[in-house]
Amino acid sequence: MFYREAGQYKTSYAADMAVFPLRQDRIGLGIIIAAAYALAFTKNDFLLQAVMIPFLIFSLAAIGLNLLTGYAGLLSLGTGGFMGVGAYACYKLMTAFPEVNVLVWILTSGFFAAGIGVLFGLPSLRIKGFYLAVATLAAQFFLQWAFNRVPWLVNYNVSGAIEAPLRTLFGVPIVGPNATPEVRYLVVLTLVIFLTWIASNIVRGRVGREWMAIRDMDIAAELMGIKLLNTKLLAFAASSYYCGVAGAMLVFLWYGGAEYTVFDINQSFFTLFMIIIGGLGSLIGSFFGAALIFIMPIGLGMLLPALLAPFGLSIGSETIEHLRFLIVGALIIFFLIVEPHGLARLWQIGKQKLRVWPFPY
Amino acid sequence: MSFRKLKLGAAAAVLIGATAIPALAQDSIYVPLLTYRTGPFAGSGIPIADGMHDYLRMLNERDGGIGGVKLNIEECETGYDTKKGVECYESIKGKNPAVVNPYSTGITLQLIPKAAVDKIPLLSMAYGLSPSADGNVFPWIFNPPVTYWDGASVFIKYAAEKEGGMDKLKGKKIALLHLDAPYGKEPIPLLEALSKELGFQLILYPVAAQDMQNQGAIWLNVRRDRPDWIYLQGWGAMNPTAVKEAVRNGFPIGKMVGVWWSGGDDDARAGGDQAKGYKSLDFHAVGTDFGVIKDVQKHVIDKGLSKYPKEKVGDNLYNRGIYNSMLVGEAIRTAQQITGKKAVNGEDVRKGLEALNITEARLKELGMEGFAAPVKVSCEDHNGHRKVFVAEWDGTKWVKASDWIEPMKDKVRPLIEAGAKDYAEKNTGWPKRSESCAKSS
Repeated sequence: MFYREAGQYKTSYAADMAVFPLRQDRIGLGIIIAAAYALAFTKNDFLLQAVMIPFLIFSLAAIGLNLLTGYAGLLSLGTGGFMGVGAYACYKLMTAFPEVNVLVWILTSGFFAAGIGVLFGLPSLRIKGFYLAVATLAAQFFLQWAFNRVPWLVNYNVSGAIEAPLRTLFGVPIVGPNATPEVRYLVVLTLVIFLTWIASNIVRGRVGREWMAIRDMDIAAELMGIKLLNTKLLAFAASSYYCGVAGAMLVFLWYGGAEYTVFDINQSFFTLFMIIIGGLGSLIGSFFGAALIFIMPIGLGMLLPALLAPFGLSIGSETIEHLRFLIVGALIIFFLIVEPHGLARLWQIGKQKLRVWPFPY
Repeated sequence: MSFRKLKLGAAAAVLIGATAIPALAQDSIYVPLLTYRTGPFAGSGIPIADGMHDYLRMLNERDGGIGGVKLNIEECETGYDTKKGVECYESIKGKNPAVVNPYSTGITLQLIPKAAVDKIPLLSMAYGLSPSADGNVFPWIFNPPVTYWDGASVFIKYAAEKEGGMDKLKGKKIALLHLDAPYGKEPIPLLEALSKELGFQLILYPVAAQDMQNQGAIWLNVRRDRPDWIYLQGWGAMNPTAVKEAVRNGFPIGKMVGVWWSGGDDDARAGGDQAKGYKSLDFHAVGTDFGVIKDVQKHVIDKGLSKYPKEKVGDNLYNRGIYNSMLVGEAIRTAQQITGKKAVNGEDVRKGLEALNITEARLKELGMEGFAAPVKVSCEDHNGHRKVFVAEWDGTKWVKASDWIEPMKDKVRPLIEAGAKDYAEKNTGWPKRSESCAKSS
């Protein structure tokens, strides 16, 4: 009734090819973005610092992996390592050239990750599927080893950790302990919206279509004239770029410091689960997946004691932790059974139902 | 999936969002404990968590808190995971905590820059960043009673004593078997400096976190190099594995000395009978023969207020938790004396920690005579560099095997000040100390 395209006529090719052809979608997106910016003014530090900032950063990393795995069909377990490359590159750059704005370095550090990604993407020309996953696993282990064993990367810091020095934008601190969560949230949100917009254009354009052609059948794609070498390596480069930027943001806009264990294999799995549950080959799915994997456990941690309190039950923090694991695990299985194509597909079905509501046929 | 289910899901999401943080009681002191009872390090984390909790609970039960103000003790589960630790910190930050105990070097490193901004003191008892002992650079961070560098220097002193003097160490091979992480790498700078000075050869055996339980290759190197002494800086599953491997490879177990975190009862027990003679540094006693432990047993354990198994009370790591909470309690008490306030906040407790002076007489009052050495913290020195002793595993329990040994403070302190300066330089914009130095009244 409310969500229907009746009466919206397209009078130009541009209108017909728009990312959001429905007026309601455009309004909805505008409201979501406005609401996201409005959150910065709630002054709720916990919400911003512990929930929204990491959620957006993990979403960006999930978008990065989705470009590679969801769109180009190349399975990778090196996400954590590529994120680390971005973080350490950013650290080296911002300490070597402190006069350049940190945002420039955060966006530049992605190119270093892209370079490393291309290097470790070379085997993808000969191997596919699980075998490629193992090859990228090597990248993960090697990079993690390098972060730990190459003291040059941490500027010979005794503790082996990288720390975020104070950096400002227009005189307001955005990196370092003095940066307020509100400011950092606004920076993260803007970067994530900007990069998501770029990604949505990449995947709808020629490059994205080439990736999808390779994903669906690489021999057919080759026969159509798509160069496998260039396209696959481009997928690795784009994916690693996004992961690298996410890694740099993770350290400098969220943690404020990190040791190499932040970028371990668990981070890779974490991101892979996000895109599998959110939906392979879907940008919005990356956000859904990050929300389900990251925000839901936090929500449960707050909800469970509140639910049990009226019954006079008080449970220890470790029991909550165990319950969180149980419930999140069960919900993942539930969602995958209900919709194997991920939450993004569920979202699509929901929208379809909404179109014909209240008179379904 | 039907539309109805979607609606249900949406309702659940709204509920999650609406859950408010419970209101706070004003007439209590909020003491959050970041603990880990789950995950790969739970074996070491549970005794510490229970020890910390039980002592504070005992204060509540026996004395009605500190200075008549109840302590509001709350645990937050970190799983020894930095991500969850930061989440915990964010969730407790707004509730006016008196002091934060991160209980993980990784989490401590994250919280060090935040402490000064949020005005919450950080107590990382004998772990964390060694240079944070410099109070002029780190006014909000406290790591009494010893740093890892003190520990390593005590080990060298002990080894020299057994060899027959400092000059006898020349030409000896001393190995550091360590976890390949910031925690494990901490003693390296000091050992390197000492090896140059004393002329012993330092061999490093790093153990990657994923190889903690698979140290076979490293011990092949140990057999080849034949070090005279091994200093073990491990945590969690790495310690029992190292003890087992030492026994299997025929390394004289009496010449392997662990840092205090390698001295869990279960760590040594893993080596079986042959682990007898394994040594570990320690700064507090084990067992239940102390007034304070008796009080904990009477007021907490016997009333069923603790989660800890009765028969394990007095274990090394449990007593370490007690010791940690004793520091917290004394800091709060000192803060109350200085400020004259009852319900003290983070800023007051920071002053309390700086004026902390636990004398022999005070230890006696606390029922801790012989349990630990006196501790004194000052505005410049946030550590104290207190005495440590060597404990030896006798097959069933830890026994004291040496006198209290003074660390080489003259070697450690310059390194600490240099490290702190370096930290402040690397973090441009590191605030200059503006907090005034409070004197104990």
